[in-house]
Amino acid sequence: MAKKKVTIFKKILIANRGEIALRIIRTCKEMGIKTVAIYSTADAESLHVRFADEAVCIGPAPSNDSYLDIARVISAAEITNSDAIHPGYGFLSESAKFSKICEEHGIKFIGASPEMIDGMGDKASAKATMLAAGVPCVPGFEGLIENAGHAIKMAAEVKYPVMIKATAGGGGKGMRICWDDENLKVNLKSAMQEAKAAFGNDGMYMEKFIQEPRHIEIQIAGDKYGNACHMSERDCSIQRRHQKLVEETPSPFMTPKLRKRMGDAAVKAAKAVKYEGVGTVEFLVDKNRDFYFMEMNTRIQVEHTITEEVINFDLVKEQIKLAAGIEITGQGYEPKLHAIQCRINAEDPQHDFRPSPGKITNYHAPGGHGIRIDTHVYAGYTIPPNYDSMISKLITVAQTREEAITKMERALDEYIIEGIKTTIPFHQQLMQDSKFREGDFTTKFMDDFEIKKY
Amino acid sequence: MDLEEIQSLIKFVAKSGATEVELETGDFKITIKTPNKKKNGEPDTIIQQVPVGIPPLPVAPAPVAPASVAPASVAPASVAPAPAEADSKYITVKSPMIGTFYRKANPESDVFVNVGDDIAEGKVVCVIEAMKLFNEIEAEFSGKIVKVLVDDATPVEYDQPLFLVDPS
Repeated sequence: MAKKKVTIFKKILIANRGEIALRIIRTCKEMGIKTVAIYSTADAESLHVRFADEAVCIGPAPSNDSYLDIARVISAAEITNSDAIHPGYGFLSESAKFSKICEEHGIKFIGASPEMIDGMGDKASAKATMLAAGVPCVPGFEGLIENAGHAIKMAAEVKYPVMIKATAGGGGKGMRICWDDENLKVNLKSAMQEAKAAFGNDGMYMEKFIQEPRHIEIQIAGDKYGNACHMSERDCSIQRRHQKLVEETPSPFMTPKLRKRMGDAAVKAAKAVKYEGVGTVEFLVDKNRDFYFMEMNTRIQVEHTITEEVINFDLVKEQIKLAAGIEITGQGYEPKLHAIQCRINAEDPQHDFRPSPGKITNYHAPGGHGIRIDTHVYAGYTIPPNYDSMISKLITVAQTREEAITKMERALDEYIIEGIKTTIPFHQQLMQDSKFREGDFTTKFMDDFEIKKY
Repeated sequence: MDLEEIQSLIKFVAKSGATEVELETGDFKITIKTPNKKKNGEPDTIIQQVPVGIPPLPVAPAPVAPASVAPASVAPASVAPAPAEADSKYITVKSPMIGTFYRKANPESDVFVNVGDDIAEGKVVCVIEAMKLFNEIEAEFSGKIVKVLVDDATPVEYDQPLFLVDPS
């Protein structure tokens, strides 16, 4: 058997900030890889800057002039002689242009190839690829909507209620649920405008609207030798305005049979696109346990942590190894424990979750058996207003779901963050909610959840 | 000894007119030399701080420490900003981009500016190279170059101080 050539990187530049930058730095340290942090002037005091071996200030606070500015990021990689860039999640992690430019500069992009990102980023073509591979998709109409009349004809075939979606879309933008022809005409116009503004592309396609689905995603990994495996599911149905708030694994709705079917479908999807790296295949699951491909994320995700805890596996390490040309670690993984993650945001739940940046005057994190915290904040840290509001991820892991919830309640009670408003009180109320405790929830859950005054 | 104390000490020494002051405590030995005039008229302050025995915990605030992308060794309290604090009437020319700082247009030419030179707004003071492109950096105000803060052919980051200028 020929020996596979493998180069582990000497120095990785982390093109991100906050908790994920710190997460990546930690694994690099364990692997003996030098780290370079980049930061905007607003992030000079951030923990990821202090923990990295080197740090380069790349611009002023606005993301467009710093973390999203490809030229600045590449310049920083050049002056530090970094041989790879880890983009984290968000920012440039799914930018085909950035992936390509890294390639052109001889810097390994620890993520998907430009072709892969383009293929999966265009929702309509991603769906076509999946269908061809035999992965079940949401019933819909192939091709883009040509005009209102065409849309109405499509809807007659697909049957109301339908969802019209932007082909270049994401993050819940450019999507509308339509219940009848009139509704469809009005919504098509406004959705196209929103899509044009947000993505520069107003192409729309149509799908059946799956009512009250669960959002269950499968973690996958693939190597350059054509191997792929899955690492079971995460249930991310607790969402507000398409933003995940709580994630857990295993899903309370999962059965061994469904896991096998979804896992196999996800691996099929990965092999169909010759996926390299770690990624996630997102599915919608209806009440009959029929599942449909929604989208594929070609990066590490915020909630990768809970998968790590239930199978005792470092996904970032695997991601770096795969990028270096090493084979996947092997077989599929089934969760051995139960884990829940609560995203702690600097937001005020009593005022429509409005952002609450500012200085953290007092900070004390929970600890003890089965608690994990991924955060970049500390006492005295000032949260800048320029970036997203997530400040910490609180993860509990236990033998059963009930124990994981009890641990989460205990941990939330211990968690002190003063000086700003956080979503800790919201999570405390959620853990007490009877429907949540029964595992009886879909993506519609947060629509009906009421915050009690505190 | 913290950064504030060091700054007060420098101000005191500069005012007193003394040319050299050496201070030694249990943990530190600090030497401050102020030659009143160098041959090109530039007042200068040289500081050497040598921790004796147990090295001190880093005292400098975070924005200072990450600025040392260049492999040059850095004393716990970085030298460059301290004279700047002491001479607050000077303006700092900061780098608008990330790249490698050069004092000359090419190896054969002269440096763009020297200490003591008068510069007008718009004058090219240095070149910063990134991704094989050379960017001329222009002064945004006029004055006299007091100090060059970065060595030739050194990597610089955004907002890194490059020159001290006396605008008067």
